[in-house]
Amino acid sequence: MTNYLEINHLKKSFGNLEVLKDISLTVKKGEVLAIIGPSGSGKSTLLRCATFLETMDGGDLSYLGEKAVTMDAQGNSHYEKPAKLKEIQTNFGLVFQNFNLFPHYSVLKNVTDALIRVQKKPKQEAYEIGRSLLEKMGLSDKEDCYPYQLSGGQQQRVSIARALAQNPKVLFFDEPTSALDPELTGEILKVIKDLAAEHMTMVIVTHEMNFARNVADHIIFMDRGVIAEEGAPEELFNSKNPRMQEFFGKFE
Amino acid sequence: MSFTTMLSQMSVGMMRTIGIFVLTLLFSLPLGLVVSFGRMSKWKPLSLVVKFYISVMRGTPLMLQLLVVFFGPFYLFGMNIGGSWRFIAIIVGFSLNYAAYFAEIFRSGIESMPVGQYEAAKLLGYSKGQTFFLIILPQVIKRILPSVTNEIITLVKDTSLAFALAYMEMFTIAKQIAASKTTFLPFIIAAVFYYVFNLLVAVVMEAVEKKLSYYR
Repeated sequence: MTNYLEINHLKKSFGNLEVLKDISLTVKKGEVLAIIGPSGSGKSTLLRCATFLETMDGGDLSYLGEKAVTMDAQGNSHYEKPAKLKEIQTNFGLVFQNFNLFPHYSVLKNVTDALIRVQKKPKQEAYEIGRSLLEKMGLSDKEDCYPYQLSGGQQQRVSIARALAQNPKVLFFDEPTSALDPELTGEILKVIKDLAAEHMTMVIVTHEMNFARNVADHIIFMDRGVIAEEGAPEELFNSKNPRMQEFFGKFE
Repeated sequence: MSFTTMLSQMSVGMMRTIGIFVLTLLFSLPLGLVVSFGRMSKWKPLSLVVKFYISVMRGTPLMLQLLVVFFGPFYLFGMNIGGSWRFIAIIVGFSLNYAAYFAEIFRSGIESMPVGQYEAAKLLGYSKGQTFFLIILPQVIKRILPSVTNEIITLVKDTSLAFALAYMEMFTIAKQIAASKTTFLPFIIAAVFYYVFNLLVAVVMEAVEKKLSYYR
């Protein structure tokens, strides 16, 4: 079976700082991958490379077997043409740490506008999709609200609905609960858990260790730009790797 | 000269003053947006040229700029500067000057937008044009409205500088009447006119701000 996401030998530097050094990973259909690790280890950069928000220096990248970035003999990355990238981009969605909702759009418009203006879906169909997703997120009564009128947790649920409306094959989360207080964190984690139960393919960068342990099929532990350790949650959490034990020790 | 004759003579000038005001806004706002793009261009030569243009517009008197625009074509190309050129030169001069100020206001607004708005739009597949005109610009307009109101109010008062080109706008007429009839009254009428005009501007802009206050 083709991998939904496949990354090989990804390298990325900012100036002289090498942020990612030879990262390879695959995500299969229905799999939930959690990426954990200390701040500055490259987790978010990895996610941003995978979602085309940063440009890879080296390595290749493909979605559902379709190459978005190819690698030459020297290992340097070469991107497909913009039109092709835009087509491949429809395969994934991203939920940001700080939501990035459009403040001048109502909740329903945030979720449906791209369907209408980008995908050219008829308005009625877009609204149906939007409303059913908002219902799923428990926000049916909020469709006419503006983002500023919602709590952080509600805003993040709107942004999840907005990403899901695009019907992505892979959904990325970039520290989706880091901007939320502990009480609101729970409601977002529950939403993600529900999505996992529906076999949504997801890649989640998170600091919530217990959550990663419970919901992920596979965990990658990153440290200083490399994958220091990876495996099933139980393997990883019982790892003898001293760097990992030190990291987990801080969460006990 | 009776008060009503004075008023009726000045009201012709008022229409011209309003004409300068409206046309300047009409041209300088869109031009300002284009200039701000040039100023923010990643292509250095363009951004430097635009930066120089803005610094000249802001660094020299508007009255001097009006004179240059009006007489320049004559001295440079021997162009006939009679007829309607006087009015055109006024509108061109005002628009070029105000576009520079508006450009800096637009730039401040555009650069204050969080990069996350662009990224979210990109992920959702919006084109660059859609992202700017649907997502970014509406929010920029809301942010810069108070500064724009300031400029518009200044413009109302600056229209009197058209007297430098002997254009018969309201204030030029007021001065002529005052000088020939040795009366202070035209200046009081002029003051009331500018004040009421700006009061109106303030009320309108406040209404626009209120209309945009449905979100934060």
